[in-house]
Amino acid sequence: MQTKLTPLLSIAGLLALWVVASTLKADPQVLPTPWALAPLFAQEIASGELWTHLSATLLRVLWAFCLAMTLGGIIGLAMGRSPALNRWLDPWLVIFLNLPALVLIVLCYLWIGLTEAAAIAAVTLNKVPNVAIVIREGARALDPQLDALARVYRMSGWTRLRHVILPQLGPFIAAAARGGVAVIWKIVLVVEFLGRSSGVGFQIHLYFQLFDVSMVLVYAFSFIAVMLLVEWALLQPWERHATRWRRA
Amino acid sequence: MITVSISEKRFGDDLVLGPIAFGIAQGETVALVGPSGIGKSTLLRLVSGIDTDFTGHIDRPQAMAMVFQEPTLLPWRSALDNLTLLHPELPRERALAALDEVGLTGKETLFPGQLSLGQQRRLALARAFAGQPDLLIMDEPFVSLDAAAADRMLTLTEELIARHQPATLFVTHDMAEATRLAHRTLTLEGGPDGAQLAGTTKDQTT
Repeated sequence: MQTKLTPLLSIAGLLALWVVASTLKADPQVLPTPWALAPLFAQEIASGELWTHLSATLLRVLWAFCLAMTLGGIIGLAMGRSPALNRWLDPWLVIFLNLPALVLIVLCYLWIGLTEAAAIAAVTLNKVPNVAIVIREGARALDPQLDALARVYRMSGWTRLRHVILPQLGPFIAAAARGGVAVIWKIVLVVEFLGRSSGVGFQIHLYFQLFDVSMVLVYAFSFIAVMLLVEWALLQPWERHATRWRRA
Repeated sequence: MITVSISEKRFGDDLVLGPIAFGIAQGETVALVGPSGIGKSTLLRLVSGIDTDFTGHIDRPQAMAMVFQEPTLLPWRSALDNLTLLHPELPRERALAALDEVGLTGKETLFPGQLSLGQQRRLALARAFAGQPDLLIMDEPFVSLDAAAADRMLTLTEELIARHQPATLFVTHDMAEATRLAHRTLTLEGGPDGAQLAGTTKDQTT
């Protein structure tokens, strides 16, 4: 019970800190109190604005996440399994890993145009190298005995992937997904800030120009709330299910 | 019937196995012995088709099974799934019967981590025989078990081999095991041209 309450207590502590800071500053233009945001929340929900922009951002996150995990997973697995391929692709990986997110975003917009495809491509390209590196480590750690087993018993490719390789990669996929979601939604916001007319990033851009700190906070917190929900309602239960054999 | 005819196996510049030729008839059990590090496991990997990088030719049947030094189970799948994933054509009741055969009745839903080492080894044995193999390869299947457990495993293996009649090739360090289980014994010994089977060196050179 104690350990279950800890995350809630820790969030309450953060809120308390915010209340103290906003009371000390006593300037809602700079830092409004938490309860001053409540009516703004209600207003955005009532007008439907919040939902429109939240869903636009969420859809982009989802697309970029799926694409980055799939592409990065395939590249990482192939590089981890084949030293020759790894020697060829490793320099590319280092280059893409060190290319600033902003450069990729601007280039995608310049080359593809100010479109949805460019936005999603920019976010995906930013995330693929990170996923590939994590999955590559996982692929290098695959048990050669289980490989031999799959060979001797002539397992089909699909069975082998699903029941032999993916379960071994599980912790690495979970790590990549965790880090992935967090990074992707931050980059999606920048992409929206720079070149989209919908989404949380676009709204933050708008209220930044109006110097409206309260609305910036409303949109930022809405999305953080959604991501916490994803973490607690989807990622953690999935992880518990996937690792149940360890605790059995 | 399987026939093995290897002219050489190298790891890089290292010549591990020299010319090796032998056959095993259906229902025949052959033990492979020799000092540690001589290349017994390497030879098994060639015969089983895990390693295909060698010069020579090996004729082996389609239905093949291998028992490894470690149980080598999928820890994230139940005992029953460990059988059926490798033998997808096997009906559920046949898979349960295979578990029965090795004394794992009622353990089908347990994960390998919930079984003792002896039970894990018996599961590996059930998995090997479930596919009705024509060729069975075993790499020190009784190592790291205490004397009593090893003896029970040996008896069980004898029974299963007698019932299913595969051509069997197994590696062991224990001469008593070899004489008890095998019809004949092959000895791998070192030489200037890589390891070869004892007694065949002269035949090869004349």
